[in-house]
Amino acid sequence: MLKIHNLHATVDGKEILKGLDLEVPTGEVHAVMGPNGSGKSTLAYVLAGRPGYLVTAGTITYEGRDLLALSPEDRARAGVFLGFQYPVEIPGVNNVYLLKAAVNAVRKQRGEPEVDAFEFLSLVREKMRLMRMDESMLARGVNEGFSGGEKKRNEILQMLVLEPHLAVLDETDSGLDIDALKIVAQGVNTLRAPERSLVLVTHYQRLLEHIVPDRVHVLVNGRIVRSGDRSLAVQLEQRGYDWLISEAA
Amino acid sequence: MKEATQLEDMLARGYQHGFITEIDADTVPPGLDEDVVRLISRKKREPAFLTAWRLKALRHWLTMREPHWPHAHYPPIDYQAISYYSAPKRNAEGPKSLAEVDPKLLATYEKLGVPLHERARLAGVAVDAVFDSVSVATTFKQRLQEAGVIFCPFSEAVTTHPELIERYLGSVVPYSDNFFAALNSAVFSDGSFVYVPQGVRCPMELSTYFRINAAKTGQFERTLIIAAEGATVSYLEGCSAPQRDENQLHAAVVELIALDEAYIKYSTVQNWYPGDEHGRGGIYNFVTKRGECRGRNAHISWTQVETGSAITWKYPSCVLRGDGSVGEFYSVATVNNRQQADTGTKMIHIGRDTRSTIISKGISAGHGQNTYRGLVKMLPSAHGARNFTQCDSLLMGGQCGAHTFPYVEVKNPTATVEHEASTSKISEDELFYCLARGISSEDAVNLIVSGFCKSVFKELPMEFAVEAQKLLAVSLEGAVG
Ligand SMILES: Nc1ncnc2c1ncn2[C@@H]1O[C@H](COP(=O)(O)OP(=O)(O)OP(=O)(O)O)[C@@H](O)[C@H]1O
Ligand SMILES: [Mg+2]
Repeated sequence: MLKIHNLHATVDGKEILKGLDLEVPTGEVHAVMGPNGSGKSTLAYVLAGRPGYLVTAGTITYEGRDLLALSPEDRARAGVFLGFQYPVEIPGVNNVYLLKAAVNAVRKQRGEPEVDAFEFLSLVREKMRLMRMDESMLARGVNEGFSGGEKKRNEILQMLVLEPHLAVLDETDSGLDIDALKIVAQGVNTLRAPERSLVLVTHYQRLLEHIVPDRVHVLVNGRIVRSGDRSLAVQLEQRGYDWLISEAA
Repeated sequence: MKEATQLEDMLARGYQHGFITEIDADTVPPGLDEDVVRLISRKKREPAFLTAWRLKALRHWLTMREPHWPHAHYPPIDYQAISYYSAPKRNAEGPKSLAEVDPKLLATYEKLGVPLHERARLAGVAVDAVFDSVSVATTFKQRLQEAGVIFCPFSEAVTTHPELIERYLGSVVPYSDNFFAALNSAVFSDGSFVYVPQGVRCPMELSTYFRINAAKTGQFERTLIIAAEGATVSYLEGCSAPQRDENQLHAAVVELIALDEAYIKYSTVQNWYPGDEHGRGGIYNFVTKRGECRGRNAHISWTQVETGSAITWKYPSCVLRGDGSVGEFYSVATVNNRQQADTGTKMIHIGRDTRSTIISKGISAGHGQNTYRGLVKMLPSAHGARNFTQCDSLLMGGQCGAHTFPYVEVKNPTATVEHEASTSKISEDELFYCLARGISSEDAVNLIVSGFCKSVFKELPMEFAVEAQKLLAVSLEGAVG
C-alpha cells in the first residue's frame, strides 16, 4: 500500500524529516508514536501534499504509484485521507455540503455521476449515528464552533463517508473524553479491511487498546528509530522516549 | 506570496455575456441639450408635466459638477459624446405581445438566461426586460392584473397611470439629489413601474433584466415601486452588458415607497461587463437607489450581489420616516482585475423605534479596489432607533484593496448604533483542508467565498441565490489557483 524510502522534507528551509523509511502493507494498521516535534504531523502533511512541505530527497510509493507526483486533491481522490490534528474551521460552509463536495470530487474523477442527494444524506445520517453525533452538526459551518472532541469526531465521520484506501489519522485521540475515544475507535475499526491500510499517529497506548495495531513505529528527530509489535507501545508508555533518543544519538 | 502568484496564474475564462446583438436601432445622435430632452419626451408621448420636469432636471444638471469623492479613479466622461436614446427600430411603437418581439432579441435573452417566455426555466417569474431604452416584453401581465398589481414599463405607466407618476416620481430621489440623478431625470428613457395596491401580496416575484447593447449609449432607466398600505412585493433586477472596449455609462434611479405596514424587497444581481484584465472597457455603474418607509412599520430590504462593472458607485438607501419602520441592506460586492467598487448604504432614521441592519461583504481579488461607504444617521426624532452594521472584507492575493468608511451621526441619545468589521484573507489552512478532501482549488475558493457571503445569499429569493453563487464563481475565476 505505502512505501516510504529515505524521505527528507523541509518546512520553511528547516529539515524536519531526515531519511525516514516506513512500509505499510495493505490491510494493516500501523501506529506512529514519538515525542513532540519529532515530525509526525510533518509526515502526515507530506503524505497529503500540503503546499510548503518540500520533499528534498526520497520516494513515496502508494498503491504502486509515485505519490509525490500527485496534487493534494488527486491524492485524496486516489483514496488517501488525512485526519487533521487540528481540523480547520470554514465559516458559513455547511458541514454536509463540504462532505458532499468531497464525495462528488472522487466520483467525478472516476467518471461517475454525482451522488444522489437522498441516498447521500441517509448514508451520512447512518455514519453520524455510529459516531453519536448530533444531526444539527450537518447544517453548521465546517467545524465552526465545534469543541475539540467534536472536531475529531467530524474527521472520522468524513473518513467513514469517504472510505479511503489509506487513512492517516493524526492524533485523532487527543482531546477525546473516555467515551468518545471508544466511539471513535469503534468508527475506525469498522473501516478495518483487507484492502485498506491505516496509520495512526498517537501519543497514547490507550487508543491502541481499542484499535490494535499490527506494527508500532517510533519517530524521533525525523526518522523511524524503532519498529515493533504492540508491546513496543506498552514499553514506551512505561519508559518514555529518552532511552530511544539516546540510543538513536 | 503563494496566493499572489497563483492568482496571476489563473486569470482565465472571460466575461460570458459579452456578445453583441445586431439590431437596427433608432438612436438619437450624441449630445445633450433641451432639444434632445424634448425629443425624448416627444418620442415617448409624455404628458406636459413630465416634459417640464425633465427640463427642470436638465437645467439643474447643467449647474452641477460630476462628483469625484468616491474611492474610485476614472478619466473624465464626455457627456456630449453619449447618445441618450436608443431603441430597437422594430419596436419603436412598443410590443403588444411576445410574438411581436424581434426573434434576435429573444435569442439574446435566451443567451443571457432570462426567462422571457412564460414556459421558461424560471417559470413563475414575471420579467420586464429593458433592452437599451425600451421595454421589450412584459410577461405574466394577466395574473398580476387580476391581483390588481400594476407592473409595466415606465413609459407605459406614464400614459396609463399619469396620476401615480406625477404623485410619486422624484418624491424619494428629487432631480436635484445628485449629479447622476439629475442627468437621469432629464433623459431617462424607460424602466419599470410597480404599484401594489392596499393589502395585496404580489402573487409572484417581479423581475427586470437590463441589458446595454448599442455602442456609445448610456442607459438611464428609472424604476418606481410603490407598495400601498399592507402590500408586499419582492422585486429582482438582473443586469448585463456586451463586451466593448470603450466604457459605457449606466446611471439609473430607483425609487421605492412603502406605506403603512408595507414590505418591499428589492434584490439586484448585477453582472455588467467589468472590463478586461487591463481595465479596458466596462460599465460605469453610477446608480441612485433609495427607498422611503413612508408609513408606520413599513419595511424595505435591499439585497445586492455586485460582480460586474468597471466602476460601481451605488448606495441603496432607506429613509425610515414611519415609526417602527425597518430598513435592511445586504450586500456582496466583488472586484477582480481592475474593477473598482464604491458601494454601501445610507440609513436615515427619522421615526421612533426605527431599526436598520447593514450586512456588507466585500471580496477583492486581482488589482480590484473595494470600498464600503455607509452612513447611519439618527435624527433628533428617532427615539429608540437602532442600527446594526457588519462589514466584512475578504482579500484574495496581495494586490487588491479593501476600504471601509462608516459614517455615523447620532442626534438622539436614546438611539443605538452597533458596528462590527473584519478583514480576512482566504487562509491556506482552509484551502488545504478542502484540497485534502479532494476538492479542486477553484471549487474550494468558491466554497469558502460562498460561506463568507452566506448571510447575504440567504436573503436572496431561492432561485436567484443559486444564480448569484454561480456568478460569483465566474467573476472570481482565476483569483486563486
Ligand atoms: N513552518 C515551520 N518552520 C520551522 N519549523 C517548523 C515549521 N513547522 C513545523 N516546524 C517544526 O517541525 C518540527 C516537527 O513538527 P511536527 O508538527 O511534525 O511535530 P509532531 O511530531 O507532529 O509533534 P506533536 O506531537 O507535538 O504534534 C517541530 O519542531 C516544529 O517546530
Ligand atoms: Mg503533530
